[in-house]
Order: sequence, then C-alpha cells, then structure tokens
Amino acid sequence: MAGSDPTVNGTPAPDTVKILIAGGFGVGKTTMVGSVSEIVPLRTEEPLTAAGLGIDDLDGIEEKKATTVALDFGRITLSQELVLYLFGTPGQQRFWFMWNDLAIGALGAVVLIDVRRPESSFAAIDFFERRDIPFVVGVNGFHGEHPYGPDEIRESLALPEHTPVLLCDARSRESCRDVLIALIDRLMAAAAQDGGNAHTA
Amino acid sequence: MPGSSARPASEVNGSDAAGRLVRPFTLIGGRTRPSRADFTLLTLVTAVEPQPDGGKRPQPEHARILRLCARPVVVAELAAHLDLPVSVVVIMLCDLLEAGRITAQAPRQISRTTDMGLLQKVRDGLGRL
Repeated sequence: MAGSDPTVNGTPAPDTVKILIAGGFGVGKTTMVGSVSEIVPLRTEEPLTAAGLGIDDLDGIEEKKATTVALDFGRITLSQELVLYLFGTPGQQRFWFMWNDLAIGALGAVVLIDVRRPESSFAAIDFFERRDIPFVVGVNGFHGEHPYGPDEIRESLALPEHTPVLLCDARSRESCRDVLIALIDRLMAAAAQDGGNAHTA
Repeated sequence: MPGSSARPASEVNGSDAAGRLVRPFTLIGGRTRPSRADFTLLTLVTAVEPQPDGGKRPQPEHARILRLCARPVVVAELAAHLDLPVSVVVIMLCDLLEAGRITAQAPRQISRTTDMGLLQKVRDGLGRL
C-alpha cells in the first residue's frame, strides 16, 4: 500500500468497486439504481459495433438508424476511500457481448425478477451461473405486491438452495440497500468458506 | 490504410492527415481502437496539475475532458457528462495520457473469494445508507 498509493493533487484517489443490476427489459433495473444512487442515474450510449453485430441476431431490428446500447449507472460513496458503482446492464440477450466487459472485476450481481414475467430474467441468471459470478435474486413486486414467497420463486426458477431470493421494491432505498447487503453477505460467506487457502488473488 | 502502415509510429502524433479525412471519427483522428486497452468503465482519470507546457493545444473536446477531470472521475461518468460513447472517450483519453495531460488509475483488482476486508468495508458503507 504505502508508497504505491496514488494521490491526485494531494487527495488519495478512492478505490472503486462495481455491482451489476441485471434482469429482463423493463424489470426495474434503472429504478433500483436510482433508488440507492447518490446521483441521478447517468446514461452512456454505445453504438453497436461490428463486433456486436457479428454476435447478435439483428433480424428483428427494423430501425434504419444506428442501434445503440444504453447503460445506466449510479454511484454510492461508501467512504472516503471506497466508491461503489451500480451498473444497470442492458437487458436484451443480444447485448451479451457488453455484459462480458461489465462483468470483469464486478463484485457480483443482483438479478431483478418481475413475477409477472420471470422468463425475461432467465438469460441473466444463466449468464451469471455459467460464469460463476455470485448473484442474488431480487423479486421486484410491482406496486409493492408479492403474490409468491421466496421459496416458491426459487423453485420455479430452479435456483440452487444457496442462492438468496429477496422480495423487494425497486422504488425503495431501504429495500434496495437490503438486497445489496444480501449480496455482500453471500460473498462474505463464500470468502469465509474458502478460508485462507487461496490468497493468490 | 495501405501505405500509411509504413509510417513510423513516432509520426502518428504529428501530421495524421489521412485519419482526419474519415468524417465520423474526426474527434479521434480516424482511429477506432484505443491504443491502450486499460481504460475500463471504472478507470479513474485525473487532469495533471499544472498542465504540461508546450505541445499541441488540446482540441475543444479534449479541453472539455480536462475540465471535467480536474478532480478524479471515472471513465463511465466522463462519457455520460460528455454525452459520447465510452469507446470514443477512451480513445481521447489515450491521446491525453500520451500527452501527459492526465493520469489514469485502474480499478483495484479484486478477488471475490479472498478480499474479506474489502467486502466488510462495502457492507459497512451500505449499512450507513
């Protein structure tokens, strides 16, 4: 640490970490980011590159103008030395090439589910499971209503028992915070389980 | 492309005439790929203070970036404020880095399975929300 710690104009630069907020289109990702972010969610738009076109099936896209991928994100300053970024990842499956970049270095992910159409989040669950990226499932109850319990949802999604499923309200700061804490708890439990046997980074 | 590849790399920063003819990429001198792959969304960028003397005067977009990163700011936020795609911003950041006008700090390498101290700090911070 000492000596290599970069300082910027005398101020130590904070560490940054990120968590991904994933799920199907319109499931409440940006709402969740906005609920806990200290800034109004920011948006960047990336043109779909040739690389993306190669991967994606764009048959369904009829618009003539260039297709872009929008990425919404927010920021939480956790302390003077640590800043957390939340990235609402593009929901559609054809943007997977972008998820790969986003997933690098992420602590983990929250997969938001809309109980009315849970299948729209299957792709996200699949993505994180395949890459061994830890995630928790947040069931966003629209209008705060939750017709199903966590266990019913876990079963219907065929999730492993150790995957936390939380009923939440993407509009509520406290509710979103609790989902994020559940993710960190899962990460800490996994770290404790690994013991000190792999300190090789 | 053919012909220009024979130019020594040291000339690229000089008269980059061929690149500037490509209209959509005027801002970034005709290049579409960053020369440094290490700018990620969370790379922290800061303008060097004071700015180095001499050299070419920064283009307006470069000057805007320098103003925005007078204090440390991550690439994703820069792109959002500039209303430009991240890929374009990264290429301009490469120019500024090469010109010694900014510093770039890569995000900390995390190890999900072992960095208990970091996880505890994140948890503590979330608890204060």
